[in-house]
Amino acid sequence: MSTNVHNSNPEIAAVDLKDISRTFHSRTVLSNISLSIPRGELFGLLGPSGSGKTTLIKIMTGIDRSDAGSVHMLGVPMPQLSMLQSFGYMAQSDALYNELTGKQNLSFFGAMFGLKGALLKERIQMATDLVDLSQHLHRGVSTYSGGMKRRLSLAIALLHEPKLLILDEPTIGIDPVLRKSIWMELTALSKQGVTIIVTTHAMDEAMKCDRLGLIRDGKLIAVNTPQAIIESAGCSTLEDAFIALGQKGGAEQ
Amino acid sequence: MRIRALAIRIIRQFLRDKRTLALLFLAPLLILSLMKLVFAGQSVSPAIGIIDIPPSLASKFEGTNATITDYKTNESAYSALEEGKLDAILQFTGDTPELLLEGSDPSINKAVLLFLQSSLQTGNSGIALSIHYLHGGPDMAPFDSFGPVLIGFFSFFFVFILAGVSFLRERTSGTLERLLTTPIRRSEVVLGYLTGFGIFTLLQATLIAWFSVDVLGLYMVGNIGSILLINLLLSLTALTLGTLLSSFASSEFQIIQFIPIVIVPQAFFSGLFNLDAMNPWLQKLSYIMPLKYGADAMKGIMIRGEGWNDYQLDVYVLVGFSLVFAILNVLALKKHRSM
Ligand SMILES: Nc1ncnc2c1ncn2[C@@H]1O[C@H](COP(=O)(O)OP(=O)(O)OP(=O)(O)O)[C@@H](O)[C@H]1O
Ligand SMILES: [Mg+2]
Repeated sequence: MSTNVHNSNPEIAAVDLKDISRTFHSRTVLSNISLSIPRGELFGLLGPSGSGKTTLIKIMTGIDRSDAGSVHMLGVPMPQLSMLQSFGYMAQSDALYNELTGKQNLSFFGAMFGLKGALLKERIQMATDLVDLSQHLHRGVSTYSGGMKRRLSLAIALLHEPKLLILDEPTIGIDPVLRKSIWMELTALSKQGVTIIVTTHAMDEAMKCDRLGLIRDGKLIAVNTPQAIIESAGCSTLEDAFIALGQKGGAEQ
Repeated sequence: MRIRALAIRIIRQFLRDKRTLALLFLAPLLILSLMKLVFAGQSVSPAIGIIDIPPSLASKFEGTNATITDYKTNESAYSALEEGKLDAILQFTGDTPELLLEGSDPSINKAVLLFLQSSLQTGNSGIALSIHYLHGGPDMAPFDSFGPVLIGFFSFFFVFILAGVSFLRERTSGTLERLLTTPIRRSEVVLGYLTGFGIFTLLQATLIAWFSVDVLGLYMVGNIGSILLINLLLSLTALTLGTLLSSFASSEFQIIQFIPIVIVPQAFFSGLFNLDAMNPWLQKLSYIMPLKYGADAMKGIMIRGEGWNDYQLDVYVLVGFSLVFAILNVLALKKHRSM
């Protein structure tokens, strides 16, 4: 297994983006995004559909490249293959092998991160308990419901105990009870020092984040705690603040 | 209403997909052109070696389309026949003309016999021709000669489609992207595919070879291990080529579109049809076709009982093709993850 090359100095930010821009076929999707996220923070990315959230987090992981600017993750310039060992990424779409069982999916991805034997078994148990999927592990994924697939996907991201969790709309299609327990776990993980970046459209979830980043049309229009964002917009709820700031951001252009 | 809307949607989808359009209109032209080149080229002219033929007889060959070479010794003529430079040798033992056919290709055998019949008037005028075969025999059917090619072709064809479609699935289902968010190397992805499929490929090669020899009773004088080796290498080439080309397809349907572009031309050049009738510079195209090397080796092993020294070049070329395609695969994955 590869040794982790990143700097473990807690002073160095988990995520450090400087002037990131991304263009697809001469259409600018992200422009001049700078963002720093300290270790152990639970950071929420909020923004309308198509605003560039997924693109931004893909650039963080190094799957996608920015056209301009620099990305440092845990102090290491990206993209860097060995850094992927430290990330747990859950994509927006459930990328699962439908022909396999849940357990086979977990074992496969676990093996990709170098987990094996008793440790793999233990990690699978932990991760699936967390998403309440343990009873269904031996079923083919093609027989899973939408929410079950989402939970399996989340379990895979948690499997190798990553230092940085990047979750693209993790709780879509998951019922409120389970959602609550997943968020409790995310909060607990961040208390243990795991940095978590999560995109969401759900305002109640956004309220649980330490800080929020508001994206609109590829621009980061506000970064602050949920309370501060509500106050700065002069509204009473995050939802109103989101709409108000969004309009303001649009009008500035 | 619904039907109309549906029809319009389908037409729009078609118009957006330039490749499907090209396939629809250009591929038939391509195939028709190939057919014409193969069947309407120069007619096959047999190459015959003669040893000690009475001048009266030899003069009858003048002005015909056959290539006649006079050999001084039996040995030189035989080695030319072995090397495939000659289709037949004509010589006299006593009063009877004796014909030794190379024998691998029934259609060439027939052409030689027809040629001799018309120029020597054997048969009718009473000169009995005694016929021998270097390989095969009089009851070798055309299928025996192109069977080995077909074995190679089917291995190649199915592995190509299978590999192409499954790699495409991996890509379109998003699992490739997820896979690439793990610390796996691009070369590991390609090697993993090669290994996983390699096992199935080996099984498939074994099954096809066994079926054609034991069930279909295909003419076979060579070593079954050699057949499996060649078939496996051919499948590996198909596998690497299939996965490589699948990066340029965005749906299963587009994989199917590679059949007339990549597979069918190879069938034409692999020995199913006699290329002697084709324009010589077009014949050279066969050098870039993996199937040709596989088919040549298979044919040599099954019909002529060739050993390692005879087919090793084909092995090297097939291994080379697989390596090149595999490396290109690794590079193509850069499209999905730059590191
Ligand atoms: N590979 C690509 N090629 C071209 N355009 C792309 C590509 N990926 C994303 N885009 C464009 O970039 C923009 C931002 O997309 P992105 O997926 O980041 O949005 P998002 O904020 O995640 O939206 P959602 O909330 O719907 O998931 C969109 O307009 C999208 O069309
Ligand atoms: Mg998204």
